[in-house]
Amino acid sequence: MAFKINVNGKSQSVDVEEGTPLLWALRDGLGILGPKFGCGVGQCGACTVHIDGQPVRSCALPIEAVGAAKVVTIEGIGATAIGKKVQAAWTELDVAQCGYCQPGQIMSATALLNATPKPADADIDAAMSGNICRCATYVRIRAAIKQASGQKVEA
Amino acid sequence: MADGFAEGASRRDLLKTGALAGGLVLSFNLAGKAGAAAPAADAKLNAYVSLTPDNKVTIVSKNPEIGQGIKTSLPMIIAEEFDVDWAQVTTKQADGDPATYGRQFAGGSMATPLHWDELRRVGAAGRAMVVAAAAQTWNVPAAECTTASGVVHHKASGRKATYGSLAAKAATLPAPDLKSVPLKDPKDYKILGKFMPQVDSAALVSGKPLFGIDVVVPGMLYATFDKAPVFGAKVASADLAAAKAVKGVRQAFVVEGGTDLSGLVPGVAVVADSWWQARKGREKLNTQWAEHPTSKQSSAGYDAQALALSKAAPLRTERHDGDVAAALKGAAKTVEAAYSYPFIAHAALEPMNCTAAFKDGKLEIWAPTQNPEAGRQLVAKTLGIAPADITLHMTRCGGGFGRRLANDYMVQAAWIAREAKAPVKMLWTREDDLRYDYYRPAGYHFLSGGVDASGTVTAWHDHFVSLGNDGKFASSAGMSQTEFPSRFVPNYRYDLSLIPTGVPTGPLRAPGSNALSFVIQSFIDELAHAAGADPVTFRLKLLGGGGMMGTPGQNGYAADRMSGVVKLAAEKAGWGKTKLPKGTGMGIAFHFSHMGYFAEVVQATVAADGAVKVDKVWVAADVGRQIVNPAGGINQVQGSVLDGLSAALGQVITIENGAAVQSNFGDYPLLRMADAPPVEVHFLITDNPPTGLGEPALPPAPPALCNAIFAATGKRIRSLPINTEALKSV
Repeated sequence: MAFKINVNGKSQSVDVEEGTPLLWALRDGLGILGPKFGCGVGQCGACTVHIDGQPVRSCALPIEAVGAAKVVTIEGIGATAIGKKVQAAWTELDVAQCGYCQPGQIMSATALLNATPKPADADIDAAMSGNICRCATYVRIRAAIKQASGQKVEA
Repeated sequence: MADGFAEGASRRDLLKTGALAGGLVLSFNLAGKAGAAAPAADAKLNAYVSLTPDNKVTIVSKNPEIGQGIKTSLPMIIAEEFDVDWAQVTTKQADGDPATYGRQFAGGSMATPLHWDELRRVGAAGRAMVVAAAAQTWNVPAAECTTASGVVHHKASGRKATYGSLAAKAATLPAPDLKSVPLKDPKDYKILGKFMPQVDSAALVSGKPLFGIDVVVPGMLYATFDKAPVFGAKVASADLAAAKAVKGVRQAFVVEGGTDLSGLVPGVAVVADSWWQARKGREKLNTQWAEHPTSKQSSAGYDAQALALSKAAPLRTERHDGDVAAALKGAAKTVEAAYSYPFIAHAALEPMNCTAAFKDGKLEIWAPTQNPEAGRQLVAKTLGIAPADITLHMTRCGGGFGRRLANDYMVQAAWIAREAKAPVKMLWTREDDLRYDYYRPAGYHFLSGGVDASGTVTAWHDHFVSLGNDGKFASSAGMSQTEFPSRFVPNYRYDLSLIPTGVPTGPLRAPGSNALSFVIQSFIDELAHAAGADPVTFRLKLLGGGGMMGTPGQNGYAADRMSGVVKLAAEKAGWGKTKLPKGTGMGIAFHFSHMGYFAEVVQATVAADGAVKVDKVWVAADVGRQIVNPAGGINQVQGSVLDGLSAALGQVITIENGAAVQSNFGDYPLLRMADAPPVEVHFLITDNPPTGLGEPALPPAPPALCNAIFAATGKRIRSLPINTEALKSV
């Protein structure tokens, strides 16, 4: 059946069965491929999107639960000032290795900075521990969050 | 369509170069030469380098990109000697095309040592052709021309021209002899050794489709593949009708498969309009599996067999120097210990997947693979089609770690696409991924060691009980006869016994070394403490003052290079100079692998409840005279160290009834942000050929951690993963 959802500021119709996770509605239904599939059970964070500004694991959110909420994916996050800063810090510090988890990392980091403009290490630990980086780029993720928030970066 | 991605499709670049000599691309057959309409906008100087009149340079990256940064670093090597600015360069991923590029693979940390010389010469040859074109145009000697930033200068006449303006002419000139082409003095490097973010960085942070899972081709269907929990078991029955009754499911069929666990294994394919529908269909299959002998095997069974074998005569003695029994008898102190490590999985974050389209007897494949040509050959053999009828596009890989050296998922996708008569993207679940891997094999070491009164190791005896069939090691379950401390201890004996196994095993980042280092460097620590010696001093004494032991290469061991990094790591960590609180300790370990010398110090704190926190890691590395790209290089070292800690702290694949127990990140935990310590990286630059950084930083991390835990608690970890229960002090 057709569901109407708002993605990156655009109202879109996606034809999927009830119960289909938002991740698959985005990827296979709408061709929005930035959110990634890693575990399917909300444990790795590769599929993280924002729902009304909150980071949510889209692999574990059924499409019918989205309703009128505003969905923002990695493709849309650069349209926000903080999202853009986070992306720039990620590039400058060359955070990624394989890069597969990084859309999710960036979505979680942007949500963190939206809520806590100058996060301390403990804030970063708490906000980012739902996102696995199998390449373990954690040292640079932490540095990039600090850089994006205008704090001193320890190499 | 060939590009495979919904956005930014581009034509397949047909290269006309091809001949190979000893892996070096010597052929510079030129696109323009054949008289074909080489577009004026795109002059190809050789298989790797092409130019446009506006002075933009495209450099091909030949190898698979798995996160090791090769798509950036190999083109950097060419660009440096071509003498252009990095900002002029766009890189381009090669297809699987060994006729043009020689062997293309991501493994063994081999890309830098294999290509360092070759690709510098490819770049320099391109530069020489552009210079020759300028010299001919201006009618001046080539030797009077200089280059910088993609511009040729002739100082005497004040003339200059961009490479782009010379490209069409340059492309018609003969290629110079690669062996004698002049190379830059490293002090003039402008690209090599500089911090260069990955070329795909902007695409990665904005979610552009780059990975295998992102491939979209017209008319594509989606597939899941249900495999047996017991490795290699055949399908007994499956409710195909029930699966087909699920909305969107087009087809469901049994793939008979074979018995080779690296080939096409038996299973049931479900093909649908979307992957979620295919997955829902699969849930209805209720597949029943035939009985298989591996179902009698288990991790507990292997443990029991190992213990029994340790008490019996070995299958064979792999090496015996001196007289170990006599040396142990005469030692001032002896230590006996049994070490073991479990199976672990690769768990690349992008689950195994592949897209294939079969049309008119020809296959087109889009694969995240570390080993494209092996995949092509496997597919050709299994499907009975000619390798030349397979076009293979390499996509970016969402992690490799050795898993994608096997191409089981590629042959599955190819088979399913042919059966389905439609392009198919096959994607595994995380559960599929953890339950069908070529695991890092489990292993057991029963050790005795002796030291004399002066603290010198006089005896080392390892009865290694490994996995293997018919007297041969299972894949990646071996230990070399030259593994340290062989050759460094006068009385050294390595006995071997093997346990038969039906569990698929294979290379996982720093294969062999990732487990052996834990055993060897932990036991050295035991000997140091038994001798009452400082662990750093003890290690330096064991390494001795000598130079190269054996022949340089994978098995040569430069003791002085290792001593250098041991000293540097200790110095940077403040070894012996820092007063640490109770419950906190430092441990050191070193390991040589992939031609790299690494020593690492871990500082860790063990809480009263046994919880282990890694406070910091210091790494000292000697990989020769040049770090190609510090941006990627440091990232690889930090990631490898944390990868090793992650495995030591929590990872185990348990085999029960011939199948893997763990299924997702809930029971197979990977390191997360809150547990990731700072990792300080120091490169010791020595006058040796540059070698790779994808793997050799991993092996010392687990034993350095375990040695730190011993320093903190007095408790010795002899089995991985670390059991924090045993570290409780309350």
